[in-house]
Amino acid sequence: MGVTLDEPQNYITTKLRQAVNWGRKYSLWPMPFGTACCAIEFMGVVSSFTDISRFGAELVRFSPRQSDLLIVAGTISYKQAPILKLVYEQMAEPKWVIAMGVCASSGGFYNNYGTVQGIDTLIPTDMYVAGCPPTPENLLHALVQLQEQIDREGIEAVKEKRRVPSSA
Amino acid sequence: MSRRALEHIASEIGADVVETSDELGDASVTVRPSALHRTLEFCRDDPRLRCDLLLDVIGVDYPDRAERFDVIYSMRSLSTGERVRVKTRVADGEPVSTASDLWNSANWAEREVYDLYGVPFSDHPDLRRILTHHEFKGHALRKDYPIEKGQMCYVPEKLLTDEEIRFGPQLYGRTMDRSDAVVEEEEISSDYLTVNLGPSHPATHGALRIEALLDGETIIHSKSEIGYLHRCFEKESEDHTWQQIIPYTDRLNYVSALTNNVGYVLAVEKMMAIEVPERCQTIRVLVAELGRIMDHLVCVGTNLVDIGALTNFWYFFNAREHLYTVVERMCGERLTTSYTRIGGLYRDLYEGFEDELRHSLGKVEEAIGEVTALVQRNRIFMDRAVGIGAISQEDAINWGWTGPCLRATGVDYDVRKASPYGGYETYDFDIPVGENGDVYDRVLCRIEEMYQSIGIVNQAMDRLKPGPIFSEDRRVTMPPKDEVYNSIEGMMNHFKLVFEGIQVPAGEGYGFSEGANGELGFFIVSDGSGNPYRIKVRPPCFPIFSSFTELVKGHMVSDAIATLGGLNIIAGELDR
Repeated sequence: MGVTLDEPQNYITTKLRQAVNWGRKYSLWPMPFGTACCAIEFMGVVSSFTDISRFGAELVRFSPRQSDLLIVAGTISYKQAPILKLVYEQMAEPKWVIAMGVCASSGGFYNNYGTVQGIDTLIPTDMYVAGCPPTPENLLHALVQLQEQIDREGIEAVKEKRRVPSSA
Repeated sequence: MSRRALEHIASEIGADVVETSDELGDASVTVRPSALHRTLEFCRDDPRLRCDLLLDVIGVDYPDRAERFDVIYSMRSLSTGERVRVKTRVADGEPVSTASDLWNSANWAEREVYDLYGVPFSDHPDLRRILTHHEFKGHALRKDYPIEKGQMCYVPEKLLTDEEIRFGPQLYGRTMDRSDAVVEEEEISSDYLTVNLGPSHPATHGALRIEALLDGETIIHSKSEIGYLHRCFEKESEDHTWQQIIPYTDRLNYVSALTNNVGYVLAVEKMMAIEVPERCQTIRVLVAELGRIMDHLVCVGTNLVDIGALTNFWYFFNAREHLYTVVERMCGERLTTSYTRIGGLYRDLYEGFEDELRHSLGKVEEAIGEVTALVQRNRIFMDRAVGIGAISQEDAINWGWTGPCLRATGVDYDVRKASPYGGYETYDFDIPVGENGDVYDRVLCRIEEMYQSIGIVNQAMDRLKPGPIFSEDRRVTMPPKDEVYNSIEGMMNHFKLVFEGIQVPAGEGYGFSEGANGELGFFIVSDGSGNPYRIKVRPPCFPIFSSFTELVKGHMVSDAIATLGGLNIIAGELDR
């Protein structure tokens, strides 16, 4: 008894890459690195109105070691910079980064002595979400786009792709 | 009132008083640096003044002057209602005697002046940088420090020194409970655990950091660190026109942006003596209270999450989403509203606003009812909250607390009642106060405040009558289009407002209002140009958080989390 491979309806064939990526993209575990206003909006994204769990990313982990999606929600100051870098390095591969809001993407309208001008000067970033803060829909859009990106990625090349930029 | 206070000070301090002023009704006295401590002590202890609440310590830089820096202590008396500012002028490098022996709140406030201006304070117990990081060179708010000159921080600062960790028990008067008397030094250090909390910790709700020395689960000593969200509001404001600062005020206390917007424009309008029309005033009261409700929803919700009651957070956040819908239609943004303008509002309310708001407020009341039913007599919640993080009235005032946290101790100080602004004196509302000043009282105070705020919003809605929302004052308001096109005065007026911005008359003033967390003050220095010379925010969280390490001493780690949630520390206004 049990499932046999004699009948064609009992098995599917796919590429390993597609099977793995299918699993990866629908089970993203986000770690919110919430520092500022965007973190309040992130609360809105996980709560019931917009509900991020519809996209398989509701299991918010506050430990970088348990998550594969870093959502940087808020302004990163120079004082915060080494901590963000440390948190990123603690995450296991494969990992992705969303810069939520203009502060994380580029410093936003805080062009001053205290604010890092975009987190991509510190860590590799996959998605940039516009808005100050972005609406929940905006972040969900970025999440869906990230899922599409994950679908296109190779499973073996992950390590090579992520290099910390030399400026940091 | 203020004149009499100045006379008292002048007669006591005598020849050391350089000048006095009661500009805009604020008593301000300038004394020689040598007499500063004496003056402050007199202000605090004299029965006619009794300035028991040190609101803020402010630095101002005048690079062209020989005595380059102004250091200003801003005080208020809770019993007499007197507000006094004591100012002293010092040269670069000249020390100022600390006031941290008089008020605990002076400790961090002076550290901030030291950090941003480089003014040293003699006898200060812990003079370190506070907002910028420990590798920072220079002093950022000096006029000669370029605004865009960022400095990378490579290594996070260690808070507890090796000495504190090693000799913590001896330093902080706790002896170990163990039978064998002979303890090796290595064993001591291994028995006491250091735990680092933050700055990226879910329970800090923002970027704060606490390093605690634990005996078992009990905190015997801790140090806190802020500045992880220092976005340089004050430097930015010197670089922008008066109207352009409004979006920055959203991001101070980003949970209640509307309340900040109102607070800022009130302060600037005080400087310019501008009256706004009645409709504008009513709408401002209305949105300020909406901001307060939205703030308390998040604060209470997250506080309950931290102690394990997740459901309440969903209830409250749903209610908040209902308010977001109204706010988004009102001004185009959910969170960062920028709704007010100096002399008016961004725009009038939309059609159908009242119906939608009443509907949303109904949802909010429903949520508050549900949460109250869940927690108020809940055994688990009471075990976690009653008697935790408690503070006495005297201590709270000494630490500079204001707002719901102070009221939870039983002090009924609320700016809306104590010095009403924007027509608050005509509204019917109560100031809820607690008894014990613990986490439980703070939660209940906030819940009751939400009911009161809903009452104020309803009253404001009943009063709304059609009318203008902009002041007629042409110093701040654009002239109507037909004047711009048909008269040279109108065109010039328009041109000047667009290209040069609003000109606030030279002088200094302190505008204050009741923010969601307490007294939100803006100390403004203007040199008469289109940009502020100096804006110092008095963030209500800042003094409150400075007392945190004292508050949690002897408590368990999990109690520290509950306490932190109840204080409602918003990093945006804490670090600015």
